[in-house]
Amino acid sequence: MNIHEYQAKAIFSRFGIPVLGSHVIQSGDDVESFCESLDRQAWVVKAQVHAGGRGKAGGIVLAESKQDLVSSISSMLGSRLVTKQTGEDGLPIHAVLVEETAQVSREFYLALLVDRETGKVAIIASAEGGMDIEQIAQQMPEKIITQFIHPAAGLQPNQVREIAYALGLENKRQFQQLQDILSKLLKLFVSHDCSLVEINPFIVERNGNLVALDAKISFDDSALYRQQDIADLHDVTQENSYEEGARELGLNYIKLNGNIGCIVNGAGLAMATMDLVKHQGGEPANFLDIGGGTTQEKVAQAFKFVISDGNVKSVFINIFGGIVRCDLTAQGILDALQEVRLQVPVIVLLQGTNATEGRRLLEDHHKNICLATTLVEGAQQAVTLANA
Amino acid sequence: MGVLIDKSTKVLCQGITGRQGTFHTRQAIAYGSQMVAGITPGRGGTTHLGLPVYNTVGQALRDHEADASVIYVPAGFAADAILEAVYAGIKLVVCITEGVPTLDMVKVKAVLNDSDSLLLGPNCPGVITPGACKIGIMPGDIHCPGNVGIVSRSGTLTYVAVNQTVQHGMGQSTCIGIGGDPVHGLGFIECLEMFEQDDATEGIIMVGEIGGTAEEAAAEYIQEKVSKPVVAYIAGITAPSGKRMGHAGAIISGGKGTAQQKYQALENAGVVTSHTPADIGVQMSKLLAV
Repeated sequence: MNIHEYQAKAIFSRFGIPVLGSHVIQSGDDVESFCESLDRQAWVVKAQVHAGGRGKAGGIVLAESKQDLVSSISSMLGSRLVTKQTGEDGLPIHAVLVEETAQVSREFYLALLVDRETGKVAIIASAEGGMDIEQIAQQMPEKIITQFIHPAAGLQPNQVREIAYALGLENKRQFQQLQDILSKLLKLFVSHDCSLVEINPFIVERNGNLVALDAKISFDDSALYRQQDIADLHDVTQENSYEEGARELGLNYIKLNGNIGCIVNGAGLAMATMDLVKHQGGEPANFLDIGGGTTQEKVAQAFKFVISDGNVKSVFINIFGGIVRCDLTAQGILDALQEVRLQVPVIVLLQGTNATEGRRLLEDHHKNICLATTLVEGAQQAVTLANA
Repeated sequence: MGVLIDKSTKVLCQGITGRQGTFHTRQAIAYGSQMVAGITPGRGGTTHLGLPVYNTVGQALRDHEADASVIYVPAGFAADAILEAVYAGIKLVVCITEGVPTLDMVKVKAVLNDSDSLLLGPNCPGVITPGACKIGIMPGDIHCPGNVGIVSRSGTLTYVAVNQTVQHGMGQSTCIGIGGDPVHGLGFIECLEMFEQDDATEGIIMVGEIGGTAEEAAAEYIQEKVSKPVVAYIAGITAPSGKRMGHAGAIISGGKGTAQQKYQALENAGVVTSHTPADIGVQMSKLLAV
């Protein structure tokens, strides 16, 4: 789960990680009186959306007068911001962060994440701030320094020194500030079940102080059950509304651009099914994993959800029964058919646990349901029927 | 012969009295796995499915020998259950549970590195040596004993691979699900190493997916250390960047972890790649000249 920059900075402040002074204005607030209450002229106005690339897209602007400020905020609030990460529809701006300007002397990149290869939390830093880290990684991998944190040892002073020297910090005071910031970031990361904390840029101000100019935090979805404060920050307006609807039903669903609805058990098989559909010349309308411990009701819900997508011209249901029993899947489909009228062809491939029973339930049941016997045949039929 | 488990493997089940634990323990017993006892805190002294239930793994080990433990406890308790088995000295711990918090696994991994235990999972189907022992949630009856070793990040895709080998007249030595989470126990390389050393295994099927660089690392390892033929399939060649495809570990981010890169690395290492799951079987059968 992602949160907004202003929310991330509020968390930073709570942990004592230095950020610039700022105010948040939300849709519906009175812009004039908000600006009137501010005590200085120059501000940086930052659109709050869950996407990077805001600067180049006009989502971060400098306002040097009250008038500027009012017009920048007014034009942002309620509009949509399109960046290279959002897709062409962009994301709605419902909040704007108004932040003090900084006297930047140097810019760094700083991030904490869980490194898959070592299974440890890693601190990644680079003296090349402001840039995309992927770009740095590709063009000058030697400019990136990584330190792994052993959960028993925690952050060690030698690791702080490695990073401080690599960043070219100059004096003892900055070394101490870095030590302080890194240990607080690590505490934040671990205590809040983060999957990524990224500060880009992390700056040295002209007065020599280290400050987080940006803040991005992503959280481990699997741990949200024990992070209620964080779960409450979830902003549904930043999600694809279709995906959000699926999430509320407890479905693992991702909207794609094609016309073949896919219902599959298991994430790997769901991806493989998309691949197969594409291989047969079709375009999947979605990724959907109905999961391991699924129930009849959930299958019915998933089925209704997928066929409610107006783009869907055929549905490919691909179940390999392990935990999920095929007869239960078939019964779920039949349950859903009691409630909705089926107008698109549905191709069903059942294999594994209780596949025969499942096929028997569906046989000759509905003119729009056809049973496939192999993966390729199923995908082929789905593609052919979608284009018919 | 197979790897990790065989006919003599004695297995505990943590979370045996739960719905999943009950269902799959019953299946394992029916398959012929040697289930010796179950563990559910607070239910010690009772019996379930004809097996004695203990409050802790340690207590179970006072009365029974066990080589492996399979875990079906809810996600919030899974890391603790894994560590309970590791502390008790269980050699092979198989965690089926899905949705274990990543930072819990970071702690588990640190303890594991310091122990003699091996972990499979979490979020994995388990491991099966057909005809000998089944630990996990895979449908036993789709397997048959044979000479192909299978290692996979995905549950149901493993079953598809199994099915394909059977359809082409082959069987499996052992099938290992390593799980779809970013931080997990055994990886491709450890499994490839076991299969390379196993006399019963003549060919290896590796099923990967987008996200991370484990397949690239495996490719390097295969090039240097694996003499047996390997067929690889990577799920997610059509997956969009930045979207998590179900598994916590399956995401293309920062241009890293794409199926194309993984295929490239594997092909460079001399691995035969199958670009659809439907060709895994035919590719393997060609290599083994079945």
